[in-house]
Amino acid sequence: MGWRSVIKRFFVLACSLTLPLASAAAQQATVHLEPQQLHGSRPIEKQTEAAVIRDYLAAWESMQSALNLNQPTLLDTNFVGPALDKLTGTIGDQASLGIHVRYQERSHDLQFVFYSPEGSSIQLIDTVEYDEQVLDHDKVLATKPLRQRYLVVLTPSEVRWRVRLFQADTQ
Amino acid sequence: MTPPPSVTAGSAFAIPTTGSGKAALYIVGPAQAVRRDVDLGQPASFAAGVLYNAGHYVVLLTGDSVADTAELDVVPAPQPETLGFLAKPSRLPVGTPNGISGAIYIFDAYHNLITKPLPATLELSNASGIVQTRTVTTLNGLAWTEMNSAEKEGTVKFVARVGNISSTRIIDQVPGDPCAITISAAPANGKLLVQTAPVHDCSGNAIPDGTIVTFTETYNNMQTTVDVPLKQGVARVTMPAYKGSKISAASGVVAGNEILWGGGQ
Repeated sequence: MGWRSVIKRFFVLACSLTLPLASAAAQQATVHLEPQQLHGSRPIEKQTEAAVIRDYLAAWESMQSALNLNQPTLLDTNFVGPALDKLTGTIGDQASLGIHVRYQERSHDLQFVFYSPEGSSIQLIDTVEYDEQVLDHDKVLATKPLRQRYLVVLTPSEVRWRVRLFQADTQ
Repeated sequence: MTPPPSVTAGSAFAIPTTGSGKAALYIVGPAQAVRRDVDLGQPASFAAGVLYNAGHYVVLLTGDSVADTAELDVVPAPQPETLGFLAKPSRLPVGTPNGISGAIYIFDAYHNLITKPLPATLELSNASGIVQTRTVTTLNGLAWTEMNSAEKEGTVKFVARVGNISSTRIIDQVPGDPCAITISAAPANGKLLVQTAPVHDCSGNAIPDGTIVTFTETYNNMQTTVDVPLKQGVARVTMPAYKGSKISAASGVVAGNEILWGGGQ
């Protein structure tokens, strides 16, 4: 789990809202934070905002690993509820088809849109640019660059925020 | 290969192909992955219920004579089927402005979040009928509102409704803090019996038995403190009867009147 890279990525995010995150070892995504549009819901404190972003980016890393290695248990730390169920189902699909998928994100454009008054759920929109590479064992079947808007709902657990809903906004 | 730009979750659809020979067609995204063996030149057909998770998918056609990619959106079915209803808290004091909050997520039959705006109604009702109603249009799949708790204690139903789908939560409204405490004192067998009048919150609801009232007696720089739970709405205690002592009572942030004991005069 790339905690170091997540922390590094977020540390840089905290210093500047838009940034390229360079790494000699691996490409890292840029992270841009849009102003909150909470539509009257509870304001999000800076510490909460930082924790949610940190945990959401960690969720992306665990999703990438899980879908690449077809290992659903890698999702358990960062996903819960319907998001966990659907991603686990996808890994089952991939395994039965003999494929695995590499998702390499290039950028996240994040915007918080809801924080429940009692603090039990938070919703954000992430416009993600990423490459989706489908492989049959080691043979690359296709690589497609994509840009997609995701609706994400996170809920707090004992020590971190977990992704409860994760759905591309296609409407 | 020319897939439709979008299909409804769980619906049947087909993707026309061209050419000849055999190929495999994959539809792959984080939400689901499916595959069909295809005779090129024939459409690849997907029956209802095969591709049911909303999301953005890569479609790829691969074979000895073909390698093609496209994109496909699967949109949630328009008909709401279930509600995710987060109502908080389950118990709160009466008369709390915006103390009750409800958030609704609307899902289709495949548990896809319906992000198209939909009107949702949230109602608070008690035994005598509906007491508060809000109608909210969903935004990004979510509708939420806040409501006041009632002035009278008791349970209320908190109902979220979208079309003919509804979800109910029960919320217990309990008395708030004591509004005022009034004590009286009377001699009893050489001591002093001090007791409160029945303790109520500011809406007139009886404060529950077990709530602690603290009695304090001060005399000649000596202080005696006794914690007493309410019993049948009243707290009472026996204290030393010192002429010239001061006796008071408090519960939570509320302090009552002070008695200066003059020996029964």
